[in-house]
Amino acid sequence: MTSPFRTPEGGRIDRATTVEFTFDGETLTGHPGDTLASALLASGRHRVATSVRLGRPRGVAAAWAEDPGGLVQIEEPFPEPMLLATTVELHDGLAAHGLPGQGRLADVPDSARYDAVHHHVDVLVVGAGPAGLAAALTAARAGARVALVDEQSEAGGSLLSGTERLDDAPALQWVAAAVAELAGHPDVLHLQRTTAFGSYDDGFVLALERRTDHLGAAAPKHVSRQRVWRIRARSIVVATGAHERPVVFADNDRPGTMLAGAARTFLHRYGVLPGREAVVFTTNDSAYDAALDLSRAGVRVQAVVDARPEGSPRRGECEHAGLRVLSGAVVTGTRGTERVTHALVAPFADGQVGASTAIGCDLLLVSGGWNPAVHLFSQARGRLRYDEVLGAFLPGEELDGLAVAGSAAGVFDLAGCLADGQRVARAALSALAVPPAADDRLPAAPAPVVPAAPVVLWRVPDTSGAEGTTSFVDLQRDATVADIVRAVGAGLRSLEHVKRYTTIGTAHDQGKTSGVLTSGIVAELLGVPVQDTGTTTFRPPYTPVAFAALAGRDRGRLFDPERVTALHEWHVAAGAVFEDVGQWKRPRYYPQPGEDMAAAVLRECAAARTGVGILDGSTLGKIDVQGPDAAVLLDRLYTNLMSSLKVGSVRYGVMCGVDGMVIDDGTVLRLAEDRFLVLTTTGGAATVLDWMEEWVQTEWPDLRVHCTSVTEQWVTFPVVGPRSRDVVGSLFPDVDVSTEAFPFMTWRDTALEGVPVRLARISFSGELAYEVYVNPWYAVAVWERLLEAGRPHGITPYGTETMHVLRAEKGYPIIGQDTDGTVTPHDLGMAWAVSKKKPDFIGKRSFTRPANADPLRKQLVGLLPVDRQTVLPEGSQIVEFRADGELPPPPVPMLGHVTSSYRSAELARPFALALVKGGRERIGDTVHVPVGGTLVPVEVTGAVLVDPEGARRDG
Amino acid sequence: MAELLRTHPLQAWAGAFERLPDTVRLTAEPYVAMVDVRLSAVGAEASAALGLDLPTAANTWVPTDDGRAVWLGPDEWLLTSTTEAPEELEARVRAAVLPLGGSAADVSAQRIGLRLTGARVRDVLATGCSIDLHPRVFGRGRSAQTTLGQAGVVLLSLSDGGDDHVVLVRSSFAGYLADWLLDAALEFTPTTARQE
Repeated sequence: MTSPFRTPEGGRIDRATTVEFTFDGETLTGHPGDTLASALLASGRHRVATSVRLGRPRGVAAAWAEDPGGLVQIEEPFPEPMLLATTVELHDGLAAHGLPGQGRLADVPDSARYDAVHHHVDVLVVGAGPAGLAAALTAARAGARVALVDEQSEAGGSLLSGTERLDDAPALQWVAAAVAELAGHPDVLHLQRTTAFGSYDDGFVLALERRTDHLGAAAPKHVSRQRVWRIRARSIVVATGAHERPVVFADNDRPGTMLAGAARTFLHRYGVLPGREAVVFTTNDSAYDAALDLSRAGVRVQAVVDARPEGSPRRGECEHAGLRVLSGAVVTGTRGTERVTHALVAPFADGQVGASTAIGCDLLLVSGGWNPAVHLFSQARGRLRYDEVLGAFLPGEELDGLAVAGSAAGVFDLAGCLADGQRVARAALSALAVPPAADDRLPAAPAPVVPAAPVVLWRVPDTSGAEGTTSFVDLQRDATVADIVRAVGAGLRSLEHVKRYTTIGTAHDQGKTSGVLTSGIVAELLGVPVQDTGTTTFRPPYTPVAFAALAGRDRGRLFDPERVTALHEWHVAAGAVFEDVGQWKRPRYYPQPGEDMAAAVLRECAAARTGVGILDGSTLGKIDVQGPDAAVLLDRLYTNLMSSLKVGSVRYGVMCGVDGMVIDDGTVLRLAEDRFLVLTTTGGAATVLDWMEEWVQTEWPDLRVHCTSVTEQWVTFPVVGPRSRDVVGSLFPDVDVSTEAFPFMTWRDTALEGVPVRLARISFSGELAYEVYVNPWYAVAVWERLLEAGRPHGITPYGTETMHVLRAEKGYPIIGQDTDGTVTPHDLGMAWAVSKKKPDFIGKRSFTRPANADPLRKQLVGLLPVDRQTVLPEGSQIVEFRADGELPPPPVPMLGHVTSSYRSAELARPFALALVKGGRERIGDTVHVPVGGTLVPVEVTGAVLVDPEGARRDG
Repeated sequence: MAELLRTHPLQAWAGAFERLPDTVRLTAEPYVAMVDVRLSAVGAEASAALGLDLPTAANTWVPTDDGRAVWLGPDEWLLTSTTEAPEELEARVRAAVLPLGGSAADVSAQRIGLRLTGARVRDVLATGCSIDLHPRVFGRGRSAQTTLGQAGVVLLSLSDGGDDHVVLVRSSFAGYLADWLLDAALEFTPTTARQE
């Protein structure tokens, strides 16, 4: 339980508090402020995981999201796979273990909340390092609406990892003051633990805030664990810093091998010595800070190995501190099993490696230069340019509304980053016509030491004899220099192809350390400039985002809205079983005690055919069509004539697409000369209104007509059956409900207690029926009055299943169930609904196509299973009758398929509707329907099976 | 004459609304008459006929003598009235706009109104509404047709402080939206009132 590698003081950790966690089953301790990685290193543990393909030991190699090594599975507080130990904040009770490259999804539901917030700003600053803070301050001081997001647990960026000073005080004091100043601006949103992971068109950026992950079991349940910020910014400042790049050499994956800057972070931010004896291998001056800082902290720095023949001007500083500096030398390999024990160091000149000497160490620090974190810039389709001196890709153009500042733009000194942040923010403000504040002071930073030029070195020639097979480019994929050599040898030149061939850059870090290395090595192998190989495409997300976070609150009941009618609670109380119809919840049937669906539906059907039933039909689409040209519009939309309809009357109509195929059907009530109420199918309500608007707005703007959705303005209760006249007549005594006074397909207005009610003689069952329309405010009252009036007649509420059976018995198709977009009105046996008089209507042209006259078109017919028992599964295929009762070998010619199938109370047998080739010619024939391996003989009939002469509609 | 009982789709939510903190108050608005007006030319003639000036600035609403006039499109408005019955409002407005080539349809029951008040209301709305609700942008008199969660809504701002809004939502989506709002408000709801 000890932490032998913890420094006696320093770091941004709360040393007064100790938290306990387990790793690989072992109980360890750390402090708030630690990451899992820093706590493991403090306990002396470098090895964290095992590599995915080769099973090699892997450890913590960086200090944040660029780490290619420390992949862990979290078990407690909630199972989560494939996280980096470097980005998991330590908390009490954390349980994790190292991963062999792959994790395990939780097998229990994630009970944590996730949500999203939309936010709008003038300036979004990504990154709260020196450049980002300077930019945010400039924007905030000017009075702009600002968001500052940063992925770390606290602001400061690179300042958290060093000993820099500003205004002659520790730089973190300036950071604290800047954060406090930002908090004082009401229109500044400052979010830490928030990763901007995607930048999209028009200033849209997605960021993930980890709100309670770091609290472990103490996380409040009502606060979302993670939040996706959907930020729309007029201007974006990307100040995302830079990632240190390794150099590839043999056995460079051995735990204890780490980026030099990461070691500095572990020391200064977490108070952890990543080892006792270090070798520092570098191509540039930045690693000298790590060497000197570690040395001061008590690490024995055995050698600073500088690949540059001339070394660094900082050599003297090191030697003064007693550090040996080897210029013109490289690390060629490592020794050790679980952990590095030796670095192999050799002279290096003109690309030639000399003989290696082993230097004992338990920590090998590497710096191959810095890659600006240009991800968000590149995602926004910003072009990158290769900088020969830095050996890195930089933003290569100006983008509208997105600018890059600080290290992300290749500025690596503190004073420069601060000034760049301010400069970029001012440019952004200027573009928004916001003047900067008069007082916009930057802190005084020490004059930058101009570093000696780095040398660009992607890899050290492999002298180990392994021929590049242990020189790892992408540690997560176990992909090596040898793999790249093989890819290029196979003729691949495009970096995109090499990526896919080698899988480099496809693991959880998406190539943060390996991407540019691959560009460089491929360029070297092809003998072309690195600019020409370029980079692979940067795509969101910058770091992995859990699907749960993207789903947010759209889970469970909120996954998809449930639309309900005004009677919903009545239906629930009545024990209805519901059916999803689009987003609507509709009662499917109302089972009585002991009834299954079949029994309930037979009972409901019988009631409607012999007594009286009542349905909540409120979900039917309703469109109010008004204007002097309303009739003209409807004549053009429907296949039949609507303009001849009399006020007070109702007509059934069919609508087709321009291809002549049925898209919707329903009834039309003429309310006035210039006003119609159009009824659509439940599912077609929005589509039909859009269809109307499309024609009115784009093709016929001359028509004086307006269409308004009134679907929810009216509830609709069909009262159906021979006794419906008694029920409706008794509730609305002022209406003469006789057939003579109130004939089929007419409507009448009346009132109930002063509330307007509309009655319409429309039947979707073939029975005498009255549809009752009323404002939904009164839905429950009117429904209950109807039930009361119907009680003497045994009025029976019925659901959609009974509605379907009743209409199918009459051969009324459901558009979308009995049709599929290839069916014409003629196919449905509705040639009568296609006008021959109208000059034109949508679909008319298509009816004259030869294919429409094909006698073998599929036509709607009825089917009666000969055994009077089988309910044919909907969707069943129909084949020719086989005398032997055996299905012939495939391919079996298909005649069509079953579109609707039910038990019929009226017929006392099951029946079906089907689309059958040349179906009307086959009426009277017997065909076969394969059901569960046997052929069921069925008789082809007309589509209307009940009351074909229509004797019942008037009661 | 006995009055017919009226019911409201959010009756069952009243208790849950009661338990919300003052920072996020939800109240179902009383039913009012609403009419959807279509009119291609607005001006003195229309104002005289209707007895009010229809707002012509996009995404705005104005108070009227007994309700609101909400801009829904270049030729479409929503008029509300707290004093007229739905059929009276429709008849009056229709008579006024017909001679001008307009039309009017009663949509009183198409949508219900939800009043959202409190200091945290903007935060709640921002969890599911992509438009900018900052008071400087969406102050009193502004309106928007947008989505809240997955429900289409008409959103009206009633104050310059961003703490008073009316959401008009299709009646069939009212329950979904109420659940969605209660869920969004959970973060601001005291522990004792939460139903977890």
